Amino acid sequence: MTFISTAWIIQAGLLILTLAIFSVSFWLYQQCKALPAIHSLLHPLVTAPLLIGGLLLVLDIDYSQYRHANSPFFFLLGTATVALAIPLHQQFHHIRTLAKPLLLTLLFGASFAVISALAIAWALGASVDTLISLTPKSVTTPIALGITEKIGGQPGLTAGIVVFTGVVGAICAPWIFSGLKITDDRIAGFVMGISAHGVGTARAFEISSRCGAFSSLGLGLTGTLTAILLPWIVIACSG
Amino acid sequence: MLRGLAILLLYQGIGEAITHFSGIPIPGPVIGMVLLFLTLTLSGYTMPQWLGHTGHFMIRWLPLMFVPACVGIFFLPNTHADEWPAIVSVIVLSTLITIATTAVVMKWLLRPEAEHLS
Repeated sequence: MTFISTAWIIQAGLLILTLAIFSVSFWLYQQCKALPAIHSLLHPLVTAPLLIGGLLLVLDIDYSQYRHANSPFFFLLGTATVALAIPLHQQFHHIRTLAKPLLLTLLFGASFAVISALAIAWALGASVDTLISLTPKSVTTPIALGITEKIGGQPGLTAGIVVFTGVVGAICAPWIFSGLKITDDRIAGFVMGISAHGVGTARAFEISSRCGAFSSLGLGLTGTLTAILLPWIVIACSG
Repeated sequence: MLRGLAILLLYQGIGEAITHFSGIPIPGPVIGMVLLFLTLTLSGYTMPQWLGHTGHFMIRWLPLMFVPACVGIFFLPNTHADEWPAIVSVIVLSTLITIATTAVVMKWLLRPEAEHLS
């Protein structure tokens, strides 16, 4: 009985760690709104994982233990994914009139993400194993893991690549859009959903709810399209 | 709030069940999202306000729910240690190029609409 309660205390402690560090990171992010140059770099999705990762290393806590204790967040991530249907429904009248340009953008963006990653990796001399693990990088994590298992990549590597892609995309996308003078939040949202999946979508909702709705649409469509097509493409290429 | 949460959990559960029993490689929550969207859009009823409140609450805290997964970046298997610089360059470069070109393509595809408005 004593053993069980110790385990519960550690589990609660690791959950509180996530909440506490996130709150601090979120507060810092809000405080630095006036500093546009570094504001994006201080996003809670950059600072919180860095701080928690550092603490786990210092305290010599295994990631699998942390992950297990934080499984409620992994579950709620699924619940929040279902909730994306709500803004999608509310913005549907905007989306319906744009069906054709949205589908064309989706086909272009989803294939470009895979092809550009493969081309650069191949040019840098990556192994076949790495190349395969890179292909589902723009797809939301659970879909990507399903795909990589099907096509013979490394699940651990793919999970890391997918999350890192999302963070890079979510942080850099607003800079790219302002550089290209793109002010249309429908374009910003849809592109972030296609290229940076859920992390990009979380960021898109900070821009506007219309931006978030277009991002949710991009996320759902890219995930579905890649899940259906990629296994066939890999089979065709390797066979 | 609680009624909204119950609805979201119901669709999450239905989605998980469909994934589990059909073997489709699409995650349950994504199927749940599609089903909830279809229910809301095709049923023709006005969406209850409480569902909207719960949904926006969940989405507002979406970044928090990504944190434990993001921590995993620092604890990847060591099998590809020599390839890390290449992998990081690939991700950064291809993600930036994809965002820029896709945004330009979409802007170009939406051009008729802009011309129509002006």
